[in-house]
Amino acid sequence: MLKTFKKGGIHPEENKLTAGKKIRVLPVPEMVHIPVIQHLGMPARPIVKKGDKVKTGQLIAEADGFVSAGVHSPVSGTVSKVDLMMDAGGYRKMTISIQTAGDEWMEEIDRSPGHKPDINIQPEEILKKIAMAGIVGLGGATFPTHVKLTIPRGRKAESVIINGVECEPFLTSDHALMLEKGPEIFTGIKILMKLLGVKQAFVGIEANKPDAIKLFRDLAMRHIGIAVVPLRVKYPQGGEKQLIKAITGREVPSGKLPIDVGTVVVNVGTTYAIYEAVQKNKPLIERVVTVTGKKLANPGNFLVRIGTPVEKLLEAAGGLPQNTGKILYGGPMMGKALPSTDIPVGKGCSGILVMPLEESRRREMKVCIRCSKCVQVCPMGLEPYLLMAMSERAMFDRMENEKIMDCIECGSCSYICPSDRPLLDYIRLGKSEVNKIIRSRK
Amino acid sequence: MDQKLIVSPSPHISGDYSIRKLMMHVVIALIPAFLVSVWFFGYAAILVTAVSVASCVLFEYIIQRFVMKVKPTIDDGSAVVTGVLLAFNVPANLPVWIIILGALVAIGIAKMSFGGLGNNPFNPALVARVFLLISFPVQMTTWPLPKGFDTKYADAITGATPLGILKEGIRNGSSVIDLLHTPAMPDYQQLFIGNMGGSLGEIAAGALLLGFIYLLWKRVITWHIPVTIVFTVAVFTSVLWLINPNRYADPLFHVLTGGLLLGAIYMATDYVTSPMTVRGMIIYAIGIGIVTVVIRVWGAYPEGVSFAILFMNAFVPLINRYIKPGRFGEEVHHA
Repeated sequence: MLKTFKKGGIHPEENKLTAGKKIRVLPVPEMVHIPVIQHLGMPARPIVKKGDKVKTGQLIAEADGFVSAGVHSPVSGTVSKVDLMMDAGGYRKMTISIQTAGDEWMEEIDRSPGHKPDINIQPEEILKKIAMAGIVGLGGATFPTHVKLTIPRGRKAESVIINGVECEPFLTSDHALMLEKGPEIFTGIKILMKLLGVKQAFVGIEANKPDAIKLFRDLAMRHIGIAVVPLRVKYPQGGEKQLIKAITGREVPSGKLPIDVGTVVVNVGTTYAIYEAVQKNKPLIERVVTVTGKKLANPGNFLVRIGTPVEKLLEAAGGLPQNTGKILYGGPMMGKALPSTDIPVGKGCSGILVMPLEESRRREMKVCIRCSKCVQVCPMGLEPYLLMAMSERAMFDRMENEKIMDCIECGSCSYICPSDRPLLDYIRLGKSEVNKIIRSRK
Repeated sequence: MDQKLIVSPSPHISGDYSIRKLMMHVVIALIPAFLVSVWFFGYAAILVTAVSVASCVLFEYIIQRFVMKVKPTIDDGSAVVTGVLLAFNVPANLPVWIIILGALVAIGIAKMSFGGLGNNPFNPALVARVFLLISFPVQMTTWPLPKGFDTKYADAITGATPLGILKEGIRNGSSVIDLLHTPAMPDYQQLFIGNMGGSLGEIAAGALLLGFIYLLWKRVITWHIPVTIVFTVAVFTSVLWLINPNRYADPLFHVLTGGLLLGAIYMATDYVTSPMTVRGMIIYAIGIGIVTVVIRVWGAYPEGVSFAILFMNAFVPLINRYIKPGRFGEEVHHA
């Protein structure tokens, strides 16, 4: 029996069109746009101005406070603009635009191709390097990684869980990275184990990636304390709380963090970025992005410099097909629909999904027939139909008791609804209102 | 870029359930029981079902179009399901005008007056059935005997249901053990295939179970309500039977007769009128099981499933209000 989480979950069509495709390196674009906020927390402060020359890997915006992450130039060239520009979320954010010239890297970055397995620095230094490299959670949540890895006083991590689940349909960037950078990811895991002082690491991989499971199992034979855990294919298996439940059997209580059950979860992409930062002094300036869609001529997995406009990725994948209805930044379950192709790839972008027009329009909403499917699929044990009804009626004061803040916004409820009701839309509305109520109490 | 992009919040894909598909699955699941019914009751079963479905759909259309003045939604199939279930709950030789009246009560009073699909507190087909049972007690309890295509629609040879024979016999002071072995009483094998007097769609235990498997396979319903009802009835009647087999019938007899399976699988699981959480469903189903046995054993009617379901329908809003699903994070770990 494969392990999985117990409550709820759905089985959308996997559509992993780009599984097994080698990572292609996307050429450095002529122009990049780097928002100073690509993470949860305070925006970074720009430290360059128009006309400044920058090198690849140079810090261009520094972290503002602890819960923040620095931003580095992904190219070499000249700063052409520091101004507001629309990001993937549809909001205008402070963005540094750089006109590319050549590709001259900072000298301290080790660009040699070989794998460096020996870790000879101390935990404090590891944490510093991760913070300096501007690493955030690459699975999509973009929480600053050095904050996650700073264990609060009085708590103790017993294990670290590496998230290689990739449960979103269509996406294969983590899969591709695992197949091509296995040894490096294992060194990354060793670094995490040393930093957190834990003896045990688990790598969770969904069973639809047998090649990655086999490769990682072979690698795990050569490392003490690292176990590979194949997981049943079920969405949202890669949700942090669901993954912890599947692997350790423990449930993170409402409002608590993974460390409260003695563990820390890190995405495989993030683990690779940690390896590069610690062993090669390389900041987070590029990542693997799956560019996919049923109508795309040449979908694939690309190694992309942060700040590259989405348009360039689509060109590399064969151009935007006729009759495109939506371009998603991320997967179909949790991704954001982009208003334009000028928007740059950020640190949290695991995929670009092009959807044909006929699959892009929402179906007309019908009445709730109280089939209870939304309750059955909710992985957090909530009642989406009830939360939506309360949200429609502005009964926000009752929604906190109904645990609305536990919602992880996985979208399983809206997905399953036979009446095509926009449950998650209304739950989001309710969450923001309840959040206001909670804040006003403080 | 000349194409306009659609921007909407996630998720961007949806599953392939729709109200229409779910209703279609229920109708498909009822086909085996319908065929058994035609086998035993002949053309009468076809006529009664056709009239019931047609009048339910027509009443829904008329009420939505001319009374509520909204776009009719008869294509969602919910009126078809109500029509089939109403037909399944009446004798196969019921006069046509009574069926049409029943359809009007089901759709007009039990469903549309509360706002239509999704808003009715009581199962429409059962409301109509109980209305007819109280208004036309003679016609509603005159059961044609299963004679296949020889069954005459108008003046069929009639008899009592197994539960009716039992109730009548107990009233006359007979022992249950003797009653179960009278020639008029079908044996268990006959009960399983449906060779007995009774409502059009309730007789065929085997065929109803086949439909149950289909509904589970298509994930239309979960097992919780039907299995809990049957389990509760079986446990309750076992206790009585063990106490005094001369006064109380055995559990298998209770499970196979009186529309228990039809009610448990197809009526009690009606989405709109059953609870939203698994815990709620279990409580609701135990309630239905207990009330059914109480009515059958101590009540005035030989049969209690319809009343039991309607009775528990009334508690559903309360159950939904207080019985919450197990929240993630509540479980204490034993690692």
